[in-house]
Amino acid sequence: MSDARTTSRAAPVVQTGPVQWAKENLFNGPVNTALTLISLYVLWLAIPPLVNWALIDAVFTPDPATCKAASGACWGFITEKYRLMLSGTYPYEQQWRPVVAMVVLLGLIGMSMNSRFWNIWLAAYWVVGIVVMGVLMWGGVLGLPYVENAKWGGLPLTLILAVNGIVFSFPLAIALALGRRSNMPAIRAVCVTFIELVRGVPLITVLFMASLMLPLFLPEGMTIDKLLRAQVGIILFTAAYEAEVIRGGLQALPRGQFEAGDSLGLSYWQKTGLIILPQALKLVIPPMVNTFISMFKDTSLVIIIGLFDLLGSVRLAANDPMWRPFYVEGLVFVAVIYFIFCYTIARYSEHVERLARKGERR
Amino acid sequence: MKAVKLAAMAAAAVVMTWSATASAGPTLDAVKQKGFVQCGVNTGLGGFSIADSKGRWVGLDVDICRAVAAAILGDGDKIKFTPLSAQQRFTALQSGEVDILSRNTTWTLTRDTKLGLNFAGVTFYDGQGFMVRKDLGVKSAKELNGATICVQPGTTTELNLADYFRAQGMQFEPVVIEAQQEVVSAFFSGRCDVFTTDASGLASVRTNDAPNPDDYMILPEIISKEPLGPAVRHGDDEWFDIVKWVIYALLEAEEQGITAANVDSMMDSKNPVVQRLLGATPGNGAALGLDEAWATNAIKAVGNYGEIYERNIVPLGLSRGVNALWTKGGLMYAMPAR
Amino acid sequence: MAAAPKTATFSLNDRGVRAVLYQIITIGSVILVAAYLVSNTMNNLETRQIQTGFGFLSQESGFAIAESLIDYAPSDTYGRAMVVGFLNTVKVSLLGIVLATIIGTVIGVARLSSNWMIAKLMSVYVNLVRNIPVLLQIILWHTVLTNTLPHPRQSISLFDSIFLSKRGFYMPFPVDHLGWTLFLIAIPVAVVIAVMLNKWATRRQEMTGEQFPAILAGIGIVVFLPILAWAVGGAPTAFDVPALKGFNMEGGARVTPEFAAVLIGLTVYTSAFIAEVVRSGILAVSHGQTEAGRSLGLSEGVIMRKIILPQALRVIVPPTTNQYLNLTKNSSLAVAVGYPDLVSTGNTTLNQTGQAIEAILIMMTVYLATSLSTSLFMNWYNKKIQLVER
Repeated sequence: MSDARTTSRAAPVVQTGPVQWAKENLFNGPVNTALTLISLYVLWLAIPPLVNWALIDAVFTPDPATCKAASGACWGFITEKYRLMLSGTYPYEQQWRPVVAMVVLLGLIGMSMNSRFWNIWLAAYWVVGIVVMGVLMWGGVLGLPYVENAKWGGLPLTLILAVNGIVFSFPLAIALALGRRSNMPAIRAVCVTFIELVRGVPLITVLFMASLMLPLFLPEGMTIDKLLRAQVGIILFTAAYEAEVIRGGLQALPRGQFEAGDSLGLSYWQKTGLIILPQALKLVIPPMVNTFISMFKDTSLVIIIGLFDLLGSVRLAANDPMWRPFYVEGLVFVAVIYFIFCYTIARYSEHVERLARKGERR
Repeated sequence: MKAVKLAAMAAAAVVMTWSATASAGPTLDAVKQKGFVQCGVNTGLGGFSIADSKGRWVGLDVDICRAVAAAILGDGDKIKFTPLSAQQRFTALQSGEVDILSRNTTWTLTRDTKLGLNFAGVTFYDGQGFMVRKDLGVKSAKELNGATICVQPGTTTELNLADYFRAQGMQFEPVVIEAQQEVVSAFFSGRCDVFTTDASGLASVRTNDAPNPDDYMILPEIISKEPLGPAVRHGDDEWFDIVKWVIYALLEAEEQGITAANVDSMMDSKNPVVQRLLGATPGNGAALGLDEAWATNAIKAVGNYGEIYERNIVPLGLSRGVNALWTKGGLMYAMPAR
Repeated sequence: MAAAPKTATFSLNDRGVRAVLYQIITIGSVILVAAYLVSNTMNNLETRQIQTGFGFLSQESGFAIAESLIDYAPSDTYGRAMVVGFLNTVKVSLLGIVLATIIGTVIGVARLSSNWMIAKLMSVYVNLVRNIPVLLQIILWHTVLTNTLPHPRQSISLFDSIFLSKRGFYMPFPVDHLGWTLFLIAIPVAVVIAVMLNKWATRRQEMTGEQFPAILAGIGIVVFLPILAWAVGGAPTAFDVPALKGFNMEGGARVTPEFAAVLIGLTVYTSAFIAEVVRSGILAVSHGQTEAGRSLGLSEGVIMRKIILPQALRVIVPPTTNQYLNLTKNSSLAVAVGYPDLVSTGNTTLNQTGQAIEAILIMMTVYLATSLSTSLFMNWYNKKIQLVER
């Protein structure tokens, strides 16, 4: 042991504050400094013209002449046509109905996102909600004039396609996922074929099939409405993707759970319904939410078969020759709406995932 | 597994019930039973079929359908319109989704045979033309070598275009966009030098859609024959006859000077042709399986062919031309209703 | 035991019997439904005298296609038109996959950067792009390109040889010549040689410990062999320079706004997803691995290349495969802006012939075959890079 002692030093100065933060996070080393400077330069190039276009030089009054004269965006297009863009061809005086229906729907979605409401009543609320929405949208009762669904459009149509898509594909997806893991070869083959066939082709071909081929499959004189056909296409398509997500959850469960069920002498349905599915479905909530997001985005494809969803309604609005040059503004408007929905749901999914991990940490 | 089975059985059951209730048999019975005519129209083409500001469908194609509905059911509003894209139109008719396809559709041999359609007549003789910006300085379609041309796919237009340039030994570059709105907006944004479709369509687009109609001109060449008319399914001759004769009735009415306004007073006409047409001399209605007032109702609902044309096509800036009656040097000629 | 009474083997309580029964019912109902639909269809087609069969594929198509990788004229057949469409799908998908992989990887790595600004910017990009439908993005790009770019007569030009207008992006392109043909052939040959060289070098290093600069040599081969081939072929230098002729630019190579819109839309959209896959792949490799590398005294570059990336790849490959498949399937949205892909030409064929069932079946089969073969290839690659546990 040496007696030599280190000379006492002052405690290191803890540096905080924006300058120090910048030093650590933006200018630590030559590479990072260069990167920071480059990105600052890019932002300098990109942001001012964008702000100029979107805000400073933009026109907010619905007057095409002023818009043509201005160098910025023409938000007047939105002010003028927002009702057409949001509600499509739904009769003008009746447009409060889709608005109320949307509020009901968003309320239901909001409730479903809150774990406090995760019980059997939620299903009941959904049933009531869907009936209320149906009454509002179709009408024909309670003094509401009947509106055929060929006239539905805009955001309500997008939401209806997406929500019905997820709700009705869910049971089918569970059946397919269980079927794919069944030990009965015939059933497995049917499920695998369906899932892989659907996942191997683009949604647009499924929609073509629903809109062009399905009518020929049906007996003479029997027709199904265009919207319903698209909806069926979306449901079948989504079910295949959801089935794979659920299968992931089933596979992630430890074998012990299955064996425990068997050793208790439970039947297949008791085991599946009481032990396996509740755990598996909980595991797959985040990827299910992602499936929902991509389906929500995919509903925009229905414009290719001639339905006026949110995107289609904007195209309809931009069909007005006076406003045609401002199609881009309309598209940006719709992009913002899509973004708000998808981003909110995505953040929610991350939140659920964090909650789930908290449980694992014990 | 059980769920799969149950679902399959439920689906099968639903399908069976559905098909059991679905009406089979000729179109006329089905139409009378459901109480309306289902008519396939264009999603929006000024003069032919377009929804006006109140959401009511108007246009020449629409009026033909209304006339058929009135002839059968006595009321031109007992009708439902299905707007169809170029792509959807034939399947919609083939599958029975619509009873009549009245959607500015060109009568061609292939469509009449292989597609299983029957064209009930010609309601508008059209031809394909070209529209360009005036400042391009083009005066004739023969100067279009190397041009970029906007065209809708799946139409006879697309085929005629290729034929014409092949015949002239010229090159062109197609920009093919399905949606009417998109293709028109691609033309007006300058993506293409030329927009081609039926001359009537060009006139409609120029009047209704151009930012400034005077900046655009339609070239003199008409490169094809486009007889447009309503189509019905193969295999139901009774229905085919009805649609055919409603069209003739509208033409005959113009020839005889019967209009929506004077149709009632014309019932007392001494002219045997008019008497037979309007059912004052019975027989024609029974032959078609309709009420004797079939033609009267149709004319009351939409007027004679001349009135329909005047109301819908003239505002586009198109005169009668070849669509005048044969008595006035046109091609419109009704077969004798006797 | 022979005397053991053979109980009635058929009982609904017997699992095996029930399993067989269930399967028979399932298959039976599938066949029933299918037969019902098929008989309806046959009946419908027959009563309406609609033509069926694939004979139309050998008929003259009569319509023109804007861009094609092979020679095509309206006098060619429907079948050839479909092939043209398929090749266009392949072209935009392959390019999209390559670009999206590169951009996605860069962004995925950049999101983990210690530079706050870079990480944030990339996160904004990923979140923005992922949450807007790809169809909307493609239409938006197309509208922006055709609305904002100048008319061809006022093209933006660079050195009078590169032009940008509403009609597309034009640049000089070598005139067809033996030298260029050899050049093109030499590229894949050189790549194969370089890969083989690399394998040989690895084997030699494993056996003898001697190193061989395989990477440098490989790059050298890939760069110089094609140049050599070009020189042997006569070293052509003639370029076809685009010039304004009549309505449009003529000559040179060209990228149409439709192709550009589809490619940009698909690349941007998919790159955001690939970025997320790459990021989570890298995060999945335990930090201990980096530390182990450092304590061995390896440089950061070597740690990334030899330790982190190979392990991250195992996590990355399966979801990336899905993204490739999604991109290929999303390329079908090209029909919305008029890029002549498979769906677009198939759609036109459908319209012209009226044979909806056949045309849609062809489209679906081609996509299915493409998807399945991509999956097979990626599964093979995935197996190759999986950890071999001993």
